[in-house]
Parts: sequence; C-alpha cells; structure tokens
Amino acid sequence: MTDIQAAPAAAPAEADVQPAIELRGISKSFGPVQANKDISIRVMPGTIHGIIGENGAGKSTLMSILYGFYKADAGEIFVAGKRTEIPDSQAAIAAGIGMVFQHFKLVQNFTVLENVVLGAEDGQMLKPSLAKARKSLTRLAEEYELNVDPDALIEHLSVGHQQRVEILKALYREADILILDEPTGVLTPAEADHLFRILDNLRREGKTIIFITHKLREIMEITDTVSVMRRGQMTATVKTAETSPEELAELMVGRKVLLRVDKEKAAPKQKVLEVENLRVVDDKGVERLRGVSLEVRAGEILGIAGVAGNGQSELLAVLGGIMEGEGHVRVNGAELPLSGRHADGQSRRRRGIGHVPEDRQHEGLIMEFQAWENVAFGYHHDPRYQLNPLLMNNAAIREDTAGKMERFDVRPPDPGLHARNFSGGNQQKIVVAREIERNPDVLLVGQPTRGVDIGAIEFIHQQIIRLRDEGKAVLLVSVELDEIFSLSDRIAVMFDGRIMGERLPEETDERELGLLMAGISEEPDQPEWQAVDEQLDRKEAQAAGSDPAGGE
Amino acid sequence: MDFLTLIQVLDSTVRLATPLLLACLAGLFSERSGIIDIGLEGKMLAAAFFSAAIAYVSGSVWMGLLAGIAASMAFSFIHGLASITFRGNQLISGVALNFLASGVTVLIAQDWFGQGGRTPSLLAGGRFEPITLPFAEALRDVPVLGPLYYELISGHTILVYVAFLMVPLTWWVLFQTRFGLRLRAVGEAPEAVDTAGVSVVGLRFAAIVIAGVLCGLAGSYLSTGLQAGFVREMTAGRGYIALAALIFAKWRPWYALWACLLFGLLQAVALRYQNIDLGAFVIPVQVMDALPYILTVVILAGFVGRAIPPRAGGEPYVKER
Repeated sequence: MTDIQAAPAAAPAEADVQPAIELRGISKSFGPVQANKDISIRVMPGTIHGIIGENGAGKSTLMSILYGFYKADAGEIFVAGKRTEIPDSQAAIAAGIGMVFQHFKLVQNFTVLENVVLGAEDGQMLKPSLAKARKSLTRLAEEYELNVDPDALIEHLSVGHQQRVEILKALYREADILILDEPTGVLTPAEADHLFRILDNLRREGKTIIFITHKLREIMEITDTVSVMRRGQMTATVKTAETSPEELAELMVGRKVLLRVDKEKAAPKQKVLEVENLRVVDDKGVERLRGVSLEVRAGEILGIAGVAGNGQSELLAVLGGIMEGEGHVRVNGAELPLSGRHADGQSRRRRGIGHVPEDRQHEGLIMEFQAWENVAFGYHHDPRYQLNPLLMNNAAIREDTAGKMERFDVRPPDPGLHARNFSGGNQQKIVVAREIERNPDVLLVGQPTRGVDIGAIEFIHQQIIRLRDEGKAVLLVSVELDEIFSLSDRIAVMFDGRIMGERLPEETDERELGLLMAGISEEPDQPEWQAVDEQLDRKEAQAAGSDPAGGE
Repeated sequence: MDFLTLIQVLDSTVRLATPLLLACLAGLFSERSGIIDIGLEGKMLAAAFFSAAIAYVSGSVWMGLLAGIAASMAFSFIHGLASITFRGNQLISGVALNFLASGVTVLIAQDWFGQGGRTPSLLAGGRFEPITLPFAEALRDVPVLGPLYYELISGHTILVYVAFLMVPLTWWVLFQTRFGLRLRAVGEAPEAVDTAGVSVVGLRFAAIVIAGVLCGLAGSYLSTGLQAGFVREMTAGRGYIALAALIFAKWRPWYALWACLLFGLLQAVALRYQNIDLGAFVIPVQVMDALPYILTVVILAGFVGRAIPPRAGGEPYVKER
C-alpha cells in the first residue's frame, strides 16, 4: 500500500534503554468475566508496538487500564522505568500518555479548537487558551501532516479528520506515548495510509505508539514489535520482522485458520433483485441515497464496499422494509412497495427477503429476550409456531431453535439463554440461522462479521456461500474490504449515497476500491492520499455551507 | 390602547417574566450539563414558601431569601443524589420533588401558621420594596422617555434587576469561561470530558447547585416580591412554563430572555384584560388565563421548529465497557 517500511528510527540496544511503558501482572475482571489475566508487556521508546487479538480478547480493557479509565485489580504500571499509579485519566495525561479511542470522545457541536482545549485550558478564561491552542495546532499540523481546520465543527468533519483531532488532543497535552485503539476500522484505505504516514512521523520524533488492531495486514505494515492477546492473556510478543500473518493468526485463535475463503466460481442465473433509481431522504432532510441502481442475480453475491455512513445502511434499511424510500425495487420481477402500510419487514419476508441487519444488538436481536423468542421474531406468524388461533406453540419454537443452534454450532446450545449472554459471534450465528433457514430468495447481509471472532467468521462466510451455491441472491454490505474481496462475485462501491462504480474482484485491487470509496473515480494526478484529502475537504466545506454553524 | 396602558402592560410583563426567567436560566444550567430538571416547579414552590415563612418569622426579607435559596438547594441536592450519584431516572426524580414540594409546603405552613396552608401577609421589611432608580422622579414628565423610564425600567424590586442581569452573566459564563466550556461539553459528550481528565460528577453537581440558587431566587421573588406571602401552589405551573421557554429558547441565554418575556406578556395581558369584548361575542377571561399554558403545549409539541437539546440530556453517565 505504501512505501513506509516498518523500521525503528534508531534501534537502540534494548539492554540499556528503559521501556517507555512496562506493565507487570495486570489483571482485571468484570464480574465473572476475566478480561485481563496476569498481563506483562514492555514497550520500547520510539517504536510502534502492535497489540493484536480477536474481539473480546481484552486489548481495549488493557489499554483503558493504562489510560486510567478502569482500575486494574492487580498489577503494576511503569512509565519510563518509574512505577506510576494511574487512578484516572488525569494521571495518565500527566504521565505523558494519550489515547485515541475506537469510538471518538469528541463533542460533536464544538469546534476542533474547543475540543482540543477541553480539559487542558490554561486558566479560567477561554480566549487566551484558545489562542494558544490555535498556535500550537498550526505547529503540530506542520510537523506531523495533521491538517485540520481549527474552526470547523466536529460534526462537519469526516471520520478521518475527527481521528486527527483525537491525535492532536493527545499531542497538545504533550503525550509521549500514544495509544490508538482500532484506528483504521472507520477509515478508507487511503485515509489509513495517511494515518500511517502520521504515525511514522511521530515515531521519527521519538514518540512511542501502541497500536491496537485485529487486522494482521496493518500489524505487518506499520509495527516494530507485536504482542498477541487471546482470551485475556498475552500469548506472545515477537519482532514483526521475524513473524508472518499465518503465525500471528494461529497465536490469536489458538489453532490453524484459513485466512481465505474457499469457493467455486459463481454461476449467476436470472435477475432476482432489481433496484432502480432508489432515493432516500432521512428525517433531518438529508439525502442519503441519491439514485442507486443495482441488480443481484440468483447464485451470486454482490458486495457493497464503502466507508460507513455513505448510504449503505439506508440501502439495507429500505430493502428490508425498515425505512421508506422512492424509486423502484423488484423481486423476481414483481414491484415492492417502498412506502405505506406494506413497506414493512413482515411484508418483505413474505416476498422472500431475508435480512441480517448491520446492528445485531439493536436490530437483529432483543438482548433481554431468550434465544428462542429471538428466533421467532419476524416469523411469529409461521403456522408451525401456532398452537391454535390464540396461543403460540412455544415448545415448537424452542425445539426449532434447538435444531438451529445445533446446525449452526451456537454455543452454548441453550434456547432458554438470554441473547445478551451469548458472545458476539454466537449472537450473530443465531441471527444468520434465523434468516438463512427460511430459505429466502434474497438475503440482505449487513456487516455479518463485525465484532465476531475469527472462528465464527469462517463459519458465517461458509453459510453465506452455501446459500449462494443454492441459487439465492445475496446482497452483502461490509466496511471490511477483506470480507468484500473474499465473498463477493461482483463489487459495487458506494460513496455519498451513490454507486461510484462496479468492479470484478479479480480485476481490481484495494487501491482502486479505496479511491472509489473516497469518491474519486478517475486516476488522480497527485499522490492518492492528497487526492483523498482534498476530496474530503470539499465534502466538509459542503456540509459546513449547508448547515450554518450554531454558535451561541 | 393608549401609551400609558401599553407601558403598564409591559411593566407588568417584566414583573411576571422575572420568576420565569430565573427558573428558565436554572433549567438552562442544569440541562446544559445533561441533567433534565423537571423539578423546577417544586424547587420554586419550596423556595417561595420558606422565604415567605422565614421572612415573616424573622421580619427580614433577606433572611427569607437565604432560606428560600437553601430550601431550593436542598431539593437540588436530592435531585443530584438521585440522578447523578445513583444514576436514577431524572424525570422521576424531578416529578417526585414536585409532589414533595406541593405537599410539604402546605403541611408545614398549616403547622406553623394555621391559616389553611398559607403564610400570613408580609408587612414592610418582610418583602422586597421597589427601587426607584436615580432621576426617575425628575425625568417623569419628559414625554415618552419619561414614563418609559419611570414606569418600565425604574420601580422594580432588586430581584427583577438581578434576573435580567443574569442573562448576560449566564452567556458570559457559558461561552467565555473554562467552566462554561466544560459544562456545555458534559451535557453533549460526558465521555469526552471524562477522558480529558475532568470529573463528570463534579461538573454536574456544580450545575445543579447553580440551578438551585437560581430557582431559590425565582421562588423567593414570587412570595416576597411579586406577592406578599405564600399561598398553596402559588407557582401555578411556572416551572413547566420555564421549561417550555427553555426549549423555545433552544437552551440559549439571550433567547431565554425573549421567550420568558413572551410568556410574561401573555400573563400580563390576561391580568389586564379580563373579558375582551369583540362586539359580536366576548372572549372570557378563562381563555386569556389559559393562553400561556396553551402556548406551552404548542411549544412542547414541537410546533416551533426543531430544537436540539443537549445530546447527553437525561442519560446518567456510565463508563462504557
């Protein structure tokens, strides 16, 4: 992707240099869940140290302890060789630690400047603090390529720029150690490249960076050293140059894993789902879909790539009957109502559309209900589930659920367990089982493996491909390019409510898709990160123009 | 309507808007910090009773004012304990306070004074006297400006001037100081404040205390400034009207001033014109009296455009896992 080599600035002999951060024997549990178990780690100054592990392996908990957000049950923290107590974030900041959380901690209707200053003001009055911050922001921007308009409102900024604000916040507080938690999850490939350039600049200035991710590729690309976590424990720390993605994956999961999905070439048949000029305006009056047209044939998977928030969610919502829209949608040649009484999930299911929603915890499941109740949702009119016209046959639903749990390897296979008590992967298997076993003609799948462990990812991918091989049409929305590449037979890229283009996976690469995801369809005549940056600036200027900032 | 009548209606508008404005600013501080304060009504009522009662007993209106503020702050503190410390439901806590105030004031009033849940009328010294501003008498006969100055601007009690000065002060605190920045942030994104190393609980309690003081002023003004003594339920829904004004004002101090003046004007008109004779039929006084409440309903139903409340309003802050 880039020409950045993962090389430590001036690799000092480790023996006579104190680690920038050392954790010894850190343990933390939340009730019965042991999130971190006796973790020790040494991070050398001036390096980028990766921490990799599956969702729920305890990476974020560990870093939140380091940042004083949680208190460890046991263990010690050393900063630059000195034992340091970090009871709260204030102490972490004082110790020179800055953190960029996965979910940004920004005040949406504040300016960049106000966000940077918040909590690090220089006195009771705001004006001098803001003036000082403005100066130092200019300096930081030059030093590290961290350009953001200091007077822009956060809500008008792209995610990539919001992340820069988070980094600026840490640098403004003079952090020497920067923790980034899953920083690339929300970025386009080009934005991620730019982030890596920034991190490289920071490393060159002697900053220490802890980089948390579950993506093997990023670890290989940017880190000097990598620690692997599994189920709350640190399983290994190795030099990046001396390891391989396969080895890391095995360390993460505890067994050999297939990083690629095996599948036959698709044999698409007749058109099943046709979407024509679909438009959606959300309740704030913003146009979310600006004329989307696509078709999915029987026996193929159409993957929709794009950065979150470019209309993919709305596309799924309209097709799934959750949102109203305008335009034409046909299933097997018959028109679907897009508004009114018959534009709901129930009617969609009757027309043969299955829907695995993007947000399983809010749309896919009711977390406080038991597994069998969740399996009945959306299909509660099924005659098999009825005892008589008045009562439901709960025993039949339980039995059906038990069968699904067995076939989809849901653990534990207990229909009476509440949805929230399953792990993310098993929750998703319940949703996928419910939708796939209805044998839909069209399956809508949104982020099927978000927050799902590698083992379950493998399984869910296989199920989706099996459905395709049975001659069903699958519309897949995912922000993970790897997933799009490994599952799709065709790839469409969405940007700003439009389809920017369609490609065949074997004829394109991440770079081309990355540019499309940033709304650039022609080959740029400048470095691509610059082209992407300018494109984003244009979009932000539009956002700021259409919605005048609300001062006081 | 002649000029003098207009001035008098406006004069009465200013008086009637004062308790609304103080309560509205109290709500503004509270809600900007993310704590919904439906208990404005109860706090005002408690303050109204205790200020009148203590002013009567001690003979000093200032003692009364202190007692009113103390009562309101005690209520605020309960609200803070329930909704900040114990992360309870802010609406329920507020409603409970309103009921508590409504019962407790009458109960104590009956026990102390035995006059059917009211305090005896306050005499001079027990209530705030109008202040005549300099040159008011001298300028009285100047056309137009004279009556404007004498009737409208001069001749109010100290709390009226305090209330109106609170508007620029609130604006200044909110938008020019460090405390204001943090306060606005904590109502929008408490997690941002927390990760910046600032105490969310501390900020919210600070906001609640300020709200308590302002509500105390509002309640005291009702019983020792606007009227001379406490009668049961004398707030008459002003706390809720203040909340409506706050939404109308989109949680901004200067807008709050205009919103409260509008409600004050409606009340003043209702007071002045009991039955409006339109020739063909007569608009009964009840319609006029109901106007502020009707406007409240209209505003709360969202007929006045989108008002975006502070994003974290009503949500107790819990660190996410």
